Amino acid sequence: MNPRELTRARPGPARTVTFDGRPLEALPGQTVAAALWAAGVTAWRSTRDAGRPRGVFCGIGVCFDCLVTVNGRPNQRACLVPVRPGDDIRTQEGTGRDDD
Amino acid sequence: MTERPRLAVVGAGPAGLAAALAAAARGVQVTLVDAADQAGGQFYRQPAAALGARRPQALHHQWRTWERLRDGLDRHRTAGRITQLTDHHVWCVARDSASGAFAVHALLGPAQEDGVTVRADAVLLATGAYERVLPFPGWTLPGVVTAGGAQAMLKGGLVLPGRRVVVAGTGPLLLPVAAGLAAAGAWVAALVESAGPGALLHRAPALAAQPGKLAEGAGYAARLLRHGVRTLARHTVVAAHGTDRLEAVTVAALDRDGRPRPGSARRIPCDTLAVGHGMLPHTDLAETLGCTLSGTAVRVDAEQRTDVPGVWAAGEATGVGGAALALAEGHIAGRSAAARLRGTAPDPGGWGAARTRTRLRAFATALDAVYAPPAGWADRVPDETVVCRCEEVTAGEVRGAVDSLGAGDLRTVKLLTRAGMGWCQGRMCAPAVAGLAGCPLTAGRRPFARPVPLGVLAALPETE
Ligand SMILES: Cc1cc2nc3c(=O)[nH]c(=O)nc-3n(C[C@H](O)[C@H](O)[C@H](O)COP(=O)(O)OP(=O)(O)OC[C@H]3O[C@@H](n4cnc5c(N)ncnc54)[C@H](O)[C@@H]3O)c2cc1C
Ligand code: FES
Repeated sequence: MNPRELTRARPGPARTVTFDGRPLEALPGQTVAAALWAAGVTAWRSTRDAGRPRGVFCGIGVCFDCLVTVNGRPNQRACLVPVRPGDDIRTQEGTGRDDD
Repeated sequence: MTERPRLAVVGAGPAGLAAALAAAARGVQVTLVDAADQAGGQFYRQPAAALGARRPQALHHQWRTWERLRDGLDRHRTAGRITQLTDHHVWCVARDSASGAFAVHALLGPAQEDGVTVRADAVLLATGAYERVLPFPGWTLPGVVTAGGAQAMLKGGLVLPGRRVVVAGTGPLLLPVAAGLAAAGAWVAALVESAGPGALLHRAPALAAQPGKLAEGAGYAARLLRHGVRTLARHTVVAAHGTDRLEAVTVAALDRDGRPRPGSARRIPCDTLAVGHGMLPHTDLAETLGCTLSGTAVRVDAEQRTDVPGVWAAGEATGVGGAALALAEGHIAGRSAAARLRGTAPDPGGWGAARTRTRLRAFATALDAVYAPPAGWADRVPDETVVCRCEEVTAGEVRGAVDSLGAGDLRTVKLLTRAGMGWCQGRMCAPAVAGLAGCPLTAGRRPFARPVPLGVLAALPETE
């Protein structure tokens, strides 16, 4: 059993995105976080001080732990942002800006 | 025809939907504003439409109620009585003290870079709650998520956080989360609840008055048994282990005083820990408007009115008690707002929803006492454990600010340590910092409910 079978989901065709340059299949309607989870990825940020990995924590846009860089824009909440075909998703280091 | 008075409802969960329907049916023009891309809130969170789920109800309870709300919303929208604004993140609601009119300021879409303002004669805040998680070693590892977050990702994105899950913490939310994850194919290795089964019995009179709610709990328990999920009552997760992601948790039995029993620790391998210790109301918008809080929730009267004229509040923003209570409160708030906006005085005492509200609030109070975090939890957080996830402030640093620098409230701890100064504005760490500092959990007094781009702020005077 998986969630899609359980809800008898018939998603549209998967689209390809990249995570740190590696191609992944993502389903339409999923957030960036959902697409990464579906691909077995649970971390996509490293913290500013200790450089520790982080991913989803609250899942609803409150904690900002899931910040990620999408198409060059840092600080996107992966649990809110829908995935789009061709998205270039990258692990965010620190603040995600060069002046860090 | 005279113009219909305008009510802005913020939040399209059970409370906001019930309120919007009640008001729209009684002569009010409603704008229903929500940050999400669909109505439903947390309880009725829907899978993204493009996922094509033909049986979303397999992940839900009380689906009939949802159908009634959804169909009502569709009817009122078609008739032009409700305008639904999705993907609108409200960052501030302002009241013009001269005219008493409201401006609801929102940021658009997930990018939240552009602003828009909704005007209204009254506002109804139904912003819900978010989960409280108390820190323990390893809680920042990827793979450790909030219980509600795991549920939200499952309901909305049809994804699981991992294969082998431990659900832990305390509170009535853990049961549906464990049941949902198990039904969706995760192997739930254990449900670890710090409250003991005896605690429920102590509250027997208040709980026995709610046979329906108890049956609901029993229903989840039966489902868990069917999925072979073992429940460890009066147990707690003392640590999560792993280097770059979660590999296992250590759980221990709790003694009568809430302390881990020596020698009871055991390790459970897992790739996911879904953890939560209750809920905290979203009160930022109410606070900015100047509404008085009672504890951590927005204070309301019998009509669900706050103490600021023209501002109603309903659902978990006014106290945590589940979806059924949110529905009752929303209904009362919507009816009251409609009556008041048309210049009549409502009599909620005679409404069925008011009796339901009384019953469910008593039940929520009883549950609250049962599902309190184990006594002395703060003393057991090791110094090196990160407490503020954003600014990476440890328990030791917070204790240092309290012990040697004399900080006695959240604000001073924040100034001295940066705990609570990061992106989440202290939403995640405030309960833990309050516990460590031995001070009450006070409201955040955040200027805005969302981080606001400077461009949006700069553009405001022109739109006002
Ligand atoms: C992550 C999570 C998952 C949960 N899952 C379950 C579950 O599976 N089963 C269960 O019994 N209970 C669950 N709950 C408990 C749930 O809070 C209540 O049962 C119920 O949903 C409360 O209804 P409500 O209308 O008060 O608030 P909610 O349902 O939380 O609705 C509030 C709505 O307000 C919107 N909102 C908040 N702030 C803003 C803003 N500034 N701008 C715009 N919109 C805003 C939110 O997007 C949301 O849609 C969950 C809670 C959380 C936090
Ligand atoms: S997981 Fe908390 S904001 Fe995305």
